[in-house]
Amino acid sequence: MNLTLRIWRQSGPSDQGRMVTYQVDDVSPDMSFLEMLDVLNERLILDGEEPVAFDHDCREGICGMCGLMINGNAHGPQRGTTACQLHMRQFKDGDTIDIEPWRARAFPVIKDLVVNRGAFDKIIAAGGYITAPTGSAPEAHSVPVAKANADAAFSSAACIGCGACVAACPNGSAMLFTAAKVTQLSLLPQGQPERHTRVIGMVDAHDEAGFGGCTNAGECTVVCPKGIPLSTIGRLNRDYLTATTKSGDNTPGT
Amino acid sequence: MELYIEGDPVADTKAPEGPIETRWERRRFEAKLVNPANRRKMTVIVVGTGLAGGSAAATLAEQGYRVKSYCYQDSPRRAHSIAAQGGINAAKNYRNDGDSVHRLFYDTVKGGDFRSRESNVHRLAEVSANIIDQCVAQGVPFAREYGGLLDTRSFGGAQVQRTFYARGQTGQQLLLGAYQALERQIGLGNVEMNARHEMLELIVIDGKARGIVVRDMVTGEISSEFADAVVLASGGYGNVFYLSTNAKGCNVTATWRAHRKGAYFANPCYTQIHPTCIPVSGDHQSKLTLMSESLRNDGRVWVPKAKDDDRAPRDIPEDERDYYLERIYPSFGNLVPRDIASRAAKNVCDEGRGVGPTKLGVYLDFSDAISRLGRKAIEAKYGNLFEMYERITGEDPYEVPMRIYPAVHYTMGGLWVDYDLQSTIPGLFVIGEANFSDHGANRLGASALMQGLADGYFVLPNTIANYLAAGPFEAVDGTHPAAIEARRDVEDRIQRLLAINGDRTVDSFHRELGQIMWEHCGMERSDAGLRKAIDEIRALRDQFWQRVRVPGDGEGLNQSLEKAGRVADFFELAELMCIDALHREESCGGHFRAEHQSADGEAERDDEHFSYVAAWEFTATGQPSVLHKEDLNFEYVHPTQRSYK
Repeated sequence: MNLTLRIWRQSGPSDQGRMVTYQVDDVSPDMSFLEMLDVLNERLILDGEEPVAFDHDCREGICGMCGLMINGNAHGPQRGTTACQLHMRQFKDGDTIDIEPWRARAFPVIKDLVVNRGAFDKIIAAGGYITAPTGSAPEAHSVPVAKANADAAFSSAACIGCGACVAACPNGSAMLFTAAKVTQLSLLPQGQPERHTRVIGMVDAHDEAGFGGCTNAGECTVVCPKGIPLSTIGRLNRDYLTATTKSGDNTPGT
Repeated sequence: MELYIEGDPVADTKAPEGPIETRWERRRFEAKLVNPANRRKMTVIVVGTGLAGGSAAATLAEQGYRVKSYCYQDSPRRAHSIAAQGGINAAKNYRNDGDSVHRLFYDTVKGGDFRSRESNVHRLAEVSANIIDQCVAQGVPFAREYGGLLDTRSFGGAQVQRTFYARGQTGQQLLLGAYQALERQIGLGNVEMNARHEMLELIVIDGKARGIVVRDMVTGEISSEFADAVVLASGGYGNVFYLSTNAKGCNVTATWRAHRKGAYFANPCYTQIHPTCIPVSGDHQSKLTLMSESLRNDGRVWVPKAKDDDRAPRDIPEDERDYYLERIYPSFGNLVPRDIASRAAKNVCDEGRGVGPTKLGVYLDFSDAISRLGRKAIEAKYGNLFEMYERITGEDPYEVPMRIYPAVHYTMGGLWVDYDLQSTIPGLFVIGEANFSDHGANRLGASALMQGLADGYFVLPNTIANYLAAGPFEAVDGTHPAAIEARRDVEDRIQRLLAINGDRTVDSFHRELGQIMWEHCGMERSDAGLRKAIDEIRALRDQFWQRVRVPGDGEGLNQSLEKAGRVADFFELAELMCIDALHREESCGGHFRAEHQSADGEAERDDEHFSYVAAWEFTATGQPSVLHKEDLNFEYVHPTQRSYK
């Protein structure tokens, strides 16, 4: 099939950027979306032009490195699918496809379709862990975990940190990302001692990084390639409220 | 000119003597320690943030060392350990099914086809149980039983259920556990994290590894970083084949640059080809996707009996199908080990009986299992895998059989390390897939995650202290002649790549190199084929340095430049892999030589002549490498011929 691509080109953080139109012909429906971009880039290089920069690594939907706004949808038209797993059979001959980077204040563009998602790491560093230095762990079976909680914790832990939730959110909020980690750890007995400091630390880091507030628009969960549910945000809010009332003066034991 | 020169054998692996059960404990006791106040004065560089690198960086920081961590991805959470599906082995014996440290040790040595070091493998089995404890404490959501205890399942090469898992995403969950421990240390200021940085050279001063030269992939800035020790955890080199199940960015540059500076490279020819991957669909193919080995529990592998049979699979009657694994290996059937299943698929395709548009594929058919167990049961077991298959191929595996073909998956070879995981360069330690240590000639399923975390959480943090106890070493900086030279080498290389401005892209060279390697150094190797490959690789490498086109400059983000540097190193590694494969005139594990097989096509190992680790020393570009042999002694597990018939 033959396609018209309109791709965001931006040479660096200070460049204003613009959409540039490219024609790609003989696209196979068996290609992945990123392979279609590979073909375009090979041609651009031989034509003496700069290839389009985009992030990608595992190309099997798990590393979270790729992320493209495709026709205004984060990761494109297919639900539950990252851009790298999207295949060209989802499109038809003659289509025009707009390809843009994630757009959010906390994700500045580095070049073309590549953005800086370092703010996600800062949110995790502010509490998205359980303090368990190597060597200090008790026997794994010393604390049973109800299967339902373990399964629900897993479902939240499936987040790949791609940033689609932020890109889709009208407020540029990373609340689904933050809530997924808060939910995973607060469902497990091992996560209880730091439950309240964690949620406060992570939400503060989220706000400091320049992400917007959550207004329950729900766009995030629709585009999430791993189906993280909106209910995680409810859990985060509940933990956050409890934490702020309990730890107002940070006195131990209150 | 000779292809290689034989040098002195490897003298000392530093493995302690005595009963194997006590060696690790004794090594830890005899090793020197560093007191906590002195740890704060010492810096360790860790390259790579996968299971091995992430866990090592976090643990060293917890111990009080200053750590500088580097990864080429935009975040340490993305390293390719994240893609591991199946699980992690540990000798917990929670099933009461006869498992033990000794049995895990035994299975791993046998699974490696008797080409690994007994002392190392035993240590791996010993610490395996601690890994599970550690990960549970971190909040890794392993699968559990209704009683709240951990669930386990069985995996290839073992008769006990010792594999812990988190659905089909075990690697992801373990990696996020290590990543979170690392982020905690970053937040505390104990680790300086440098994402989007690529190591391009090792700095060796007075015979010791003292630093690295890195390129900031966003600004293009080249800088020299110094430390008291350097740890490489940069993963495997499967992408030398271009198409593999590795992530696109996986590369050999960190270990290859260290090799050129004096670190021996061990057993480079040992590569694992995984039998169940989605076949190549066309020239545009950029990577291959694994379908979990667990599918072979219920799927039956077949091809048509006749050559060039173009009928749809459902139109081929039962008596015109060849369930070749069941036919050749009646006792193991579809569950033969990875190397055997892969080679059998290649053989039937070579006979012209392959299926699908490229004829490089075999059917994995679930119709019997669906009629026996019902579609619901199959959905519950494999639903996510079936969906992934349909997303990629557009075919519904509930209706038509899957098409699968083998693909490069893991590399057992890597930098040579002693029992302390130290390379032949003092102060340079190598962990995880980047070293050669524990898997011999073939890795068992669910053992890569075990080794990565064993090295990073428990082995390296203990053994590196013995080296650092002599530190802190004399301060060095960028004015040292060796540092200036390393940096200049990096800058010259980048300028050289940018200046060629030829007529072919980096990817076109990489793809062609991959085809040579797959053809001659893949599932089956022969003397004539390997010699041909060596000539072709050399010729193509010359072409690369004359004709490659790398657009742009070195000043900012330049993905073509990154790829060009990696492919240049793959060319050099590819030649060494072929030489290693040529010199090893036997078939063992993932290394199958056409000349060394029995009348019925089974691998023939030659313990009399090849029971050793081949450790290669770099001499100079274009000059033959020197082979150093480390003899393998088997005191506890006696070598036998593997048979699965």
